[in-house]
Amino acid sequence: MEWETVIGLEVHVQLSTKSKLFSGSATKFGADPNTQANIYDLAMPGTLPVLNRDALRMAVRFGVAIGAEIGKRSVFDRKNYFYPDLPKGYQVSQLDYPIVGKGSLTVTLDDGSEKVIGITRAHMEEDAGKSLHEDYEGMTAIDLNRAGTPLLEIVSEPDIRSAREAVAYLKKLHSIIRYLDISDAIMAQGSMRCDANISIRPKGETELSTRTEIKNINSFRFVEKAINYEVRRQREVLEDGGRIVQETRLYDADKDETRSMRSKEVANDYRYFPEPDLLPIVIDEAYIAAIRAKLPELPDAKKLRFRDEYGLGEYDAGVLVSSRELAEYFETVARGSGDAKLAANWVTGELQALLNKHNWEVNDSPIQADRLATLVARIKDETISGKIAKTVFESMLDDSSEVDAIIESKGLKQVTDSAAIEKIVDEVIAGNPNQVQQYKEGKHQVIGFLVGQAMKLSQGKANPGQVNALLKEKLK
Amino acid sequence: MIEKTVAELSVALASGDISSVELTQAYLNRIAELNTELNAFITVCDESALDQARAADAARANGEAGALLGIPMAHKDIFCTQGISTTCGSRMLQNFVSPYDATVVKRFKAAGAVTLGKTNMDEFAMGSSNENSFFGPVRNPWDTNRVPGGSSGGSAAAVAAGLCAMATGTDTGGSIRQPAAFCGITGFKPSYGRVSRWGMIAFASSLDQAGTLCQSAEDAALMMNVMAGLDSKDSTSIDRDVEDYTATLDDSLDGLKIGIPRQHFAQGLNAEVEQAIRDALREYEKLGATIKEIDLPNNHLSVSAYYVVAPAEASANLSRYDGVRYGYRCENPLDLEDMYKRSRSEGFGDEVKRRIMVGTYALSAGYYDAYYRKAQKIRRLIKNDFNAAFEEVDIIVGPTSPHTAFKLGAKSDPVAMYLEDIYTIAANLAGLPAISIPGGMVNGLPIGLHLVGNDFAEAKVLNIAHQFQQQTGWHRRKPSAFTQEG
Repeated sequence: MEWETVIGLEVHVQLSTKSKLFSGSATKFGADPNTQANIYDLAMPGTLPVLNRDALRMAVRFGVAIGAEIGKRSVFDRKNYFYPDLPKGYQVSQLDYPIVGKGSLTVTLDDGSEKVIGITRAHMEEDAGKSLHEDYEGMTAIDLNRAGTPLLEIVSEPDIRSAREAVAYLKKLHSIIRYLDISDAIMAQGSMRCDANISIRPKGETELSTRTEIKNINSFRFVEKAINYEVRRQREVLEDGGRIVQETRLYDADKDETRSMRSKEVANDYRYFPEPDLLPIVIDEAYIAAIRAKLPELPDAKKLRFRDEYGLGEYDAGVLVSSRELAEYFETVARGSGDAKLAANWVTGELQALLNKHNWEVNDSPIQADRLATLVARIKDETISGKIAKTVFESMLDDSSEVDAIIESKGLKQVTDSAAIEKIVDEVIAGNPNQVQQYKEGKHQVIGFLVGQAMKLSQGKANPGQVNALLKEKLK
Repeated sequence: MIEKTVAELSVALASGDISSVELTQAYLNRIAELNTELNAFITVCDESALDQARAADAARANGEAGALLGIPMAHKDIFCTQGISTTCGSRMLQNFVSPYDATVVKRFKAAGAVTLGKTNMDEFAMGSSNENSFFGPVRNPWDTNRVPGGSSGGSAAAVAAGLCAMATGTDTGGSIRQPAAFCGITGFKPSYGRVSRWGMIAFASSLDQAGTLCQSAEDAALMMNVMAGLDSKDSTSIDRDVEDYTATLDDSLDGLKIGIPRQHFAQGLNAEVEQAIRDALREYEKLGATIKEIDLPNNHLSVSAYYVVAPAEASANLSRYDGVRYGYRCENPLDLEDMYKRSRSEGFGDEVKRRIMVGTYALSAGYYDAYYRKAQKIRRLIKNDFNAAFEEVDIIVGPTSPHTAFKLGAKSDPVAMYLEDIYTIAANLAGLPAISIPGGMVNGLPIGLHLVGNDFAEAKVLNIAHQFQQQTGWHRRKPSAFTQEG
């Protein structure tokens, strides 16, 4: 039987506010345990929440960016359950009236086609603390630094049909969130976390079938692997005549498998009710309009502009806008060098390779955009050849002096003096009689070899165009 | 001296007739002498009280003034007090010392008031007789076989017996007004949001309101001048100017329109109490008021709605008492679940557990609409009734309680106890300011006259109460066994 995969993702994004959702405690990553937990975070008797306005602004910013309805009156609710790292015994979240309503995201699939994935809602909620079981024989330690950190939970429609689509959706979401500067969204650090709801059904069937939920997957790669594993598992169960049990499963990256969590959690009744310590959040059009006015150019719009303004191809434009920092880097190089296509080649080529090799972010690059711009400009104005430029690029890694100074000091400047080139060309003609003969007999492709010889003789510094033209002239 | 009101003590302190240290010592002496019998205080702060009194005297010598500077007071043990045990009347918090001051406490400190100690209360403010305290029941100074009312019973008994000049309390369904009525003092609950709840241990967040227990409406106005106001730490506190509540106390009541709800003079009201209330109303007529019967048609639903909303909120508010971070933890737990179960079973008393169960049930999947949502709708209806009534009248007056203070142990049935608050609960559900003032005596026991005002009409309510107290001497009556000799 042919099966169809149905996936919906719940993504938790830690909003990058300075303080927590309802208390003034700091939210820095990696602080000593319990140094960022105040009396509210500890749920001391008598303490009360006060909403962090920055968190609200960031949530609305996200909603506006994905074209979603914004809740004019949104309400916080208490979600009740007992766990040692949940100090109040309830999590303040949003149930019936989330801050962000229906919106959507357009993703580019592997075959280059575009697909719109629906976003059901996004709501604000506080994170729990951490329970630490290792290092404490027979005991559990509690770290409440994370307790109360603001999260935005983004829930997609079950519109995703494959693991690859899920990854494309996540990457797009990641990119938009980074553009909006509302979260670090680093999956490895947990500032972006993903739960996947997965089911399969016979192709053509329109009803949703029983799903499982895989919790807390912490990398794009694992999302893909976890989904693929789970889809395979479900298919095997169903094809063996079995039944899928609605349950929460964990992905074990070491074994590349998902396995069932304690099933007794299924019976949880969270007894949601409106949080009486907080008034409903009422926002007006002016508030939303002010946020809309401050939205940055988002990846889709930027991609279109890069194609129109710089004449870039679909693929290059897509790569360059994938992160705001890379796009900004590219634009600096393009504008500074005056040659956007050459700039795009260098950024997606040499620079990207360098970053990948060292696992650097673009902002970590030892070669800043304005320096690369100068380098590209020197190719464009024929001071150096593209090949020499690669040598210069290498040198720029440890040499922070001016690009021109590097070219000068290493004597890499292109030779454009016709007399000097003519001398080299004559030498090449004299030294390669066989090839010269072949050329004259009409085997014109041999010119490449002769140009190569000339370049070699000039140690790469001769202008290849000039060499080429002169050779042709002399062999006429 | 200890029979004087706050207003009178304020004058005596200002004129130098007495120092705060002398006054504080006098109250501490009375507490030492009488608290064993009354059990009004859970914690007495002898040393820090005298330190604060000395500081107040020094401040006065430095030219500082203020109506409450050097006035000895007590806080209900539901307000967090930094460095002082805050038990909320519960075994769960018997060992809890708060790391911070409630906003109310902070404001009284800033005004120079002296904290004598923390008063007894029904556990987590759940009760109407003060019999639900882990620290034992409080006795009514008018008759020590009787209850003082609850849940602010310790504060009410302490003020009535002259163990402090004034006290704070909290009122979720009548917890200030009913004990004030039973103990023959003045108990004021402001509008919801008028006084900060920061540091006030939550029972039912949407109903809880801090207020005053003292000897007169004038004293309540002096206390409110310190307590009221916006607090950025409490999102439900109201951003609205605070009036000088003493400024309008002397306004004439000529032309005042009083509404008396038919439903509050119906079946269940003790005949002698009713007579006393009707006599009190005649005093208002003498002051130029007109009396009109009004309808609060949904009033009969208030107790039912309250006993859904309040336990529901409490069931979540009390989840933090889990034995993990502070408070009571059972001995040698086997595992996490055992720790939760035994810590909470052993740490909470029966009434608290009963309400947690009721509230948990009311919020459960499949029951939410039938209980919690419906109760919220009733709440809206009750508020609408009040809105309609205040179109016609300025104030709503009736009895605070259907009867006078009952005997300890007399009400063992929880539902009978819940009906204690039948006249007071609606003001909490609607968030309105309300006061209970001594309105007469029945068989040697005080009865409370209950006044409910419109939203944020604190000044009006206090004015109307004060005028009655200018006209009558009921608020000056003291329980004979606890009046000061000489």
